[in-house]
This record gives sequence, C-alpha cells and structure tokens, in this order.
Amino acid sequence: MSDYALFIDYKYCTNCHVCEVTCRTEHNIPLDEWGIKVAEMGPVKLNGKWMWNYVPVPSDLCDFCADRRERGEDPTCVHHCLAQCIEVIPVDQITERMKLAGKTATVFIP
Amino acid sequence: MSELRTDCEDGTFKIRTCAWSPPGDHPVGCGMFLTVKDGKVVHVEGDASHPITNGRLCVRCLTLPEYIYHEDRILTPLYRDPADRGKDAWKPISWDEALDIIEERVNYIKANYGAEAIVAFQGTGREATLYKTPLAYAALGTPNSCFPMSGDSCYGPRASVADFLLGAGYPELDYAAYFPDRYDDPRYEVPKYIILWGKDPLFSNPDGFFGHSLIDLMKRGSKFITIDPRLTWLGTRADYHLQLRPGTDSALGLGLLNVIISEDLYDHEFVENWCFGFEELAERAAEYPLEKVEKITWVPKETIQAAARAFATSHPSSIMWGLAIDTSANGVQAGHCVLALAAITGNLDVPGGITLSKPASFMGKWRYECAQQLPPGMLEKQISDPRYKGFLAAHVIAHPDRILDTLETEEPYPLKMAWFYSSNLIANTAAAQPKRWFSALRRLEFNVCQDIFMTPTAMGLCDLFLPVSSFAEHDGIVLPHFGRNTHMVASMNKAVTVGDCRSDLEIDFLVGKRLNPKAWPWETISDFFTAQIEPQLGITFPQLQEMSLMQQKFEYRKYEKGLLRNDGEQGFNTPTGLVELKSSLYEDWGEDPLPYYEEPSYSFISRPEEADMYPLVFTMGGRVTTSFHSEHRQIPSLRAITPDAIVQIHPDTAAKYGIEEGDWVRIENSLGYAVEKAHLSPIVDPRVVHGTHGWWYPEQDGEEPNLYGVWQSSVNSLVPHAKNGKMGFGAPYKCVNCKIVKVESLQG
Ligand code: SF4
Ligand code: SF4
Ligand code: SF4
Repeated sequence: MSDYALFIDYKYCTNCHVCEVTCRTEHNIPLDEWGIKVAEMGPVKLNGKWMWNYVPVPSDLCDFCADRRERGEDPTCVHHCLAQCIEVIPVDQITERMKLAGKTATVFIP
Repeated sequence: MSELRTDCEDGTFKIRTCAWSPPGDHPVGCGMFLTVKDGKVVHVEGDASHPITNGRLCVRCLTLPEYIYHEDRILTPLYRDPADRGKDAWKPISWDEALDIIEERVNYIKANYGAEAIVAFQGTGREATLYKTPLAYAALGTPNSCFPMSGDSCYGPRASVADFLLGAGYPELDYAAYFPDRYDDPRYEVPKYIILWGKDPLFSNPDGFFGHSLIDLMKRGSKFITIDPRLTWLGTRADYHLQLRPGTDSALGLGLLNVIISEDLYDHEFVENWCFGFEELAERAAEYPLEKVEKITWVPKETIQAAARAFATSHPSSIMWGLAIDTSANGVQAGHCVLALAAITGNLDVPGGITLSKPASFMGKWRYECAQQLPPGMLEKQISDPRYKGFLAAHVIAHPDRILDTLETEEPYPLKMAWFYSSNLIANTAAAQPKRWFSALRRLEFNVCQDIFMTPTAMGLCDLFLPVSSFAEHDGIVLPHFGRNTHMVASMNKAVTVGDCRSDLEIDFLVGKRLNPKAWPWETISDFFTAQIEPQLGITFPQLQEMSLMQQKFEYRKYEKGLLRNDGEQGFNTPTGLVELKSSLYEDWGEDPLPYYEEPSYSFISRPEEADMYPLVFTMGGRVTTSFHSEHRQIPSLRAITPDAIVQIHPDTAAKYGIEEGDWVRIENSLGYAVEKAHLSPIVDPRVVHGTHGWWYPEQDGEEPNLYGVWQSSVNSLVPHAKNGKMGFGAPYKCVNCKIVKVESLQG
C-alpha cells in the first residue's frame, strides 16, 4: 500500500472526461479500457432535491503515475483535472480531509 | 514563467504556448507545453504557471496529436473542376498554383460583375473571427463579409445591445482574470451570486472565458442562479434554477425587474447618478406581474420572486448571459433586461460584479483600416437591409438572411463566388435552412474553402481547398473576447510543421500580397503582430512570445473615472452619457425603447393551427466537451466518448411516444427534420426536447448525395429563414415547434 492516496472531492467533478483521457494517453491505454473511469449518479430527485454526481474511479491499471511521480510531478489526472478535485495526500490525512469535505468525497489508495 | 523552448536530455524539446485554433475553440488561450520528438508533437502538458488555467486542459487539447496527425487531414492545397462538385475528384496543387487560380478567378469576377459579387463566410469562434473580414475587405475587395447565422444570432446581438445601452465593450463576469494574483488580489471580491442565463460555460468556454473558473468561484463561496430550459449539472448545485420555456427570456427578465423595483431592492445611488429612463422601465416592468410571467415562462412565480430577492440583496453579484439571448428574435429585449438587472442592482464594473471595457477593441485600428481599403462607394454595395437600422448602426458586415435572399434571387445583384473561411456552413451549426443555402451556393461560379479536414461544405460546394495549420504549427496571438474586455494577450508559438499548411492569417498575407499588396505591408507575421501590440502593450511580438502572456491593466468603476467615454468625461459612452434603461436610439430605428416580450414565431401559441401536429418545443445547442460545434467528429478518443448525436427527451414524453433509451428519433416540423439518438433524461421539461447540433459523419460516404451524412441530423433544418427581430438581430434557433417519432435508423 502506498503512503499516499488520491483524494477526490467529487462534488466538484463536472464529468469533463479529462482524467480518463489524460490517463489513457499517458499510459497508452486502448479505447476500450480505462485507467480511471467516471461513474454517474443521477440526475434524480431524492427527497425533493436533485442529485447529480460524477465520481471518478481508478481501475487496476492505475499505477499512480509512477513515472511522473518519480520525476516529482503530480499524476496527470491530478494535474489536468478541470475542476481540480483530485489531489495527492498522505494517507494519514485521509480522516481529517474526509471530515472537512463532507459526504461527497472519496479516496483511492493505489 | 517558464522558457519558450526547453531542450530535454533525451533530444526532445518542449515549446510553451497558449492555444486558440484550430482545433476549434474560442480564444481561451489555455497554457501548455508541446513536447516535440523527431519533429512531431508527442505529448501535451498543461502549464501550471498560467494564471487563468493553472495547468488544466480540456480533452480537446489533450488529444491534439490525434487531431494534427489524423490520416484524413488535408496537407496540401487541392483543386477540383467545378463540374465535379460533390465528387471526390480533388487534385493536389502547390500554393503558387492555388494563388494563381485565386488571382485569375477574382480578377475575372471583378472585371465582369464587380468585387461585390464575392461573399466571404466565417465560422464561429476560431481565429477566423479576427482574420476573415480583413481578407474580404483588404484582399478580395468585397464588402460582403458574412457570418451566415440567421439574424447574426451569435455574440453580435449581445455585443450590440451592450454597445447601445452601456456604450461599453462586452460585459463579463468578474473572475479576477486581469490580476496576476487572481482571486487573492486585494481589489477583488468573490461574487455572492452568479446568474447563468442561457449559458453553460463549463464546456462552451464562451468567447474566451475559461469555463471551469466557475468551479474556482464555487469553491470560494459563490452561489448560483441558473436560467435554462434544461436542468444543467450546475443547475443541480444552484440555489435557484429557473427552468423557463425556450424563447421566453425577456418575459422572465421583466418579471425579475418587476420584483426588484416594486419591492424597492434596487441601488438608488447608482440609478439616480448613472441611469437614464428608470421611471419608464419601472412602468414597463409593472406590466409583467408574476402570474402573467409564470404563464408565459412556466417558471413558478415563487421561484422568480425568491431568485430576484436573493440576487438583488446580495452584493456584489454577477450575471453571465449566453448565446440563448441571441438565438431569439426577441433577444435584444432579453439582453436589455439582463443589462438593466445588472445596472439597477449596482453590479456594473464593481469588484465581483460585471467587468466592462472601453468601446474600442484590441486590434480595432487595424480592422478599421481594412474597411478603409474598400474603394469609394463599395461599402454602400454591401448586402444589407435598410429596415434594420440597429443592425446597420452596430455592424460593418452583410446581413446573413439578406445574403441568402440575394443568392436565391440575384437581387440586387448576382453573387458569383464564395469563400468559406473556417466555415462548415451546411453542417448544422450556424446557417438556418442549410439545404437552401447549399442549393443557392452550388450555383456560384467559384468557391474556396480554408479548413483542416474535408467537410461536407467543401466536398459539396468548393473548387479550391486551402489547408489550415493547427495552433501547434503557427505563431499567433490569443485575444479573449476577440479583443474586447480582453484580460490578457497571449502568444501562440509554433512547435512543428505538418504538411504544407498555413494559418488563417498567413493565408490572408498570401492572398493579400497577391491581390492588394499595399494593404499588406508587413514583411512577416511577427512584424505584423508587433505593429498591432506595441502601441498598446509596449512590447514586440517576440517579447510577448518570451513572456507567454501579458495580463492587461484594469480599473473598476471606469464610469466614475472618465475611462469609458472617448471624450474622457465621466459616465457611459451612450448618447445620454448614462446607462440607458430606456434606449435613446431605438425609436429612431423603429424599435420600442423599452424591453417587451414577444412570443417566438414558431411556438404552439404563434402557430395554433400546428399545435396538435407539432406539440413539443425543440431546443438545441447545449455543448459537450468533446467537440467544438461541427469539429472533432473524427478524433477517435473524443468520438469514443460522444459517439452519437443525442436528443434528450423526458422519460414521460418518451413513454408517450413509445421511445426507449438509444432509439433513433426523427425530430420534425413543417420546415425540416433531424434524426438523433434518444437519451431519456429528467433534465428537460416533458414539453421540451433538446437536440445536439453540428453533426456530420466523417466515417460515412463523403460524395454526393450523402455528403458525410450531413442531412441526417440536420437540426438547423427545423429553424426558419429570416424570422428576425425588428432591428435585424436574432432568430428562433432554440425555440421552434416539433414532433418526435421513433425511426429504425439514422437514415430514417
Ligand atoms: S493516478 Fe495516473 S494512472 Fe492513476 S488514474 Fe490518475 S492518471 Fe491514471
Ligand atoms: S478530470 Fe476531474 S472534473 Fe473531470 S471528470 Fe475527472 S475528476 Fe471529474
Ligand atoms: S478550452 Fe480550448 S484552449 Fe483550453 S484546452 Fe480546451 S480546446 Fe484547448
């Protein structure tokens, strides 16, 4: 397990597809496979309120952008995400960050 | 700021650049590094030091190598005998041969019919926006420069209304774009509310506004009020979503004004000192009680009232007005309401409100001088409409609907040649009734197209194809808002050469130097840009390239400082010197000086005889991130995300017509039809369907009659010709009647 995690504050995820595409080009992943894929929840009215969320989900192909991180760069999904809603954080900060972000956040530990 | 060029140890190098086009985009100028290996762009990486985009890039630039090295790209000029239009009978030629043909044909047309027999069309958004009219005026010598969208329904109406009522350049949400420290600049305030009116900027990046700045502001506490016939993703995060019937914007605007004025929520100080015609506006708004507005717009009166109160009592707040304001014959009035709302709540040119700029535009002098290149009497021959005095006052381009009339009738004179400047005219983006345009243009003697890929327009209509280079292959400058309210001037820096392509401006140079050399005195493109930017920025183009970009100086409350008027006096650059809540110009132009509501011409109310036959409202044009209008259909990574033209239908409506998810659906009215794939979604009202525009199918047969399937998803065929507003602006692109029927295939 890595000491770092991808922290995803997905209330801001706009489904811009940038993480999917940039992960694919960075790792030469073919069009029918994904290093990260955005899941959709909604649009649906729950208890009278609209819910429409997108949640990016890294796959088994995610290598946490090992080459980039070796060079001191952020993973390409983190770097390019239009909503800037993916971050690399140390695993020991997960609880604190999740509390701050509220319900609509998730983490992935590669 | 990083270097313009960085050489890497492995023999590759990186060029830092800011993007405009092609591939198609508005002038956003996102910052990036292009890694070049063996003469090819192999990698695209966002430039984190860019003050607006901070390293972020959208999927269109991230897939740039797929675009620039696509096997279908045209890499050399092509010629085809006019007798072979519609056939794939192109022959590669050299630029010299192409220029010889152009020179010979243009001189022939000038000698026999006059230069006015040539018409130059542009597409939207790309660099063509800056460079097409100069080609028409200063190279070809014709006054007929045309944007072929009925009623010029894109940007022009809003820019004109802003000019008439504010005497100022394009009003834009204040997102601290002028400040190097951006949102942290001490002068800046975060808007409390942002109204998004007929605009979904996340994926349209309208006019150079970096759409995801809205997410930056959301994180900093801005709340949203969305006004849209669809519940957008941002709408689900808004405090108030006003889901109006398409085309009823001005009624809604009058309703909002009514609440703010009758409940005394307006900024008395600003209204007393800086506005003209408040009493009359108040009287007009009072004619729109919320019961009436709800009936017209379908928006519950409680929602209108609550949104108006929240907006007016939260200072500063801002409004972004979208293309939907333009795409209606009543759009001038809707735009009037938007500006009046911003003015009477004291949000013009204040921190966190709406920024304004001087009426003059960047590079305006050059463009003005290009118009001076026309011989005496030539501008008077421009195809226009004497009834449209408002259009004539604001515009120096031909009226698009009159151009189609002229093509069809040869009155007042025959047109003989067309130049398609980055314009895939028949591909369901701009032109209404594209088949009529196609038939009329087909009769012309000589047609030229400049573009990146073979398009239905080029295949069906053109004789000469000039290949355009992508932004990775040329030097240039990016001017957000096309030079008005331009927060930065950025450089595009050439990284590679692909084939024998030229930028739009390089083509202007080639043609201009051949046909009218005195108007094109600059030795190089770099000299030209230096001449343009040096007077305003005090730097040369090579210096700008070293810097990457230069943010411009900005002052708030320019009207207090004498910075908006050409005479240096306080106030606004209007006849009264004030914000004209009541226009002092419109009456002379045959238009009501106050905003009013008018029913869209193709609604079930205006055409009760068709109400049973075409019971639904058709709206269209919502953007997706994977294409710029009709572009990008052949880019594998992007097409995989958006494989089909989608029509969004409410599940209840779909059930009523026996339509299921993924079915092909024929959307039809008395004017035309389109076939798109059904996506059932509660984001549209059950009475409304939303189609996507700009579809053609590069994978299909390109020859006639199929022309890459351009008539299959022809949403623009449902839009009428020449149903414009009283001043000549606007057309009902997003508010016509329709019915929907399940069909078996895209060809159905
Ligand atoms: S960290 Fe790298 S490999 Fe993992 S999902 Fe993001 S881009 Fe793909
Ligand atoms: S890049 Fe960011 S905003 Fe875009 S889809 Fe991925 S997580 Fe969402
Ligand atoms: S917004 Fe425009 S310039 Fe920016 S990344 Fe997308 S296509 Fe490129």
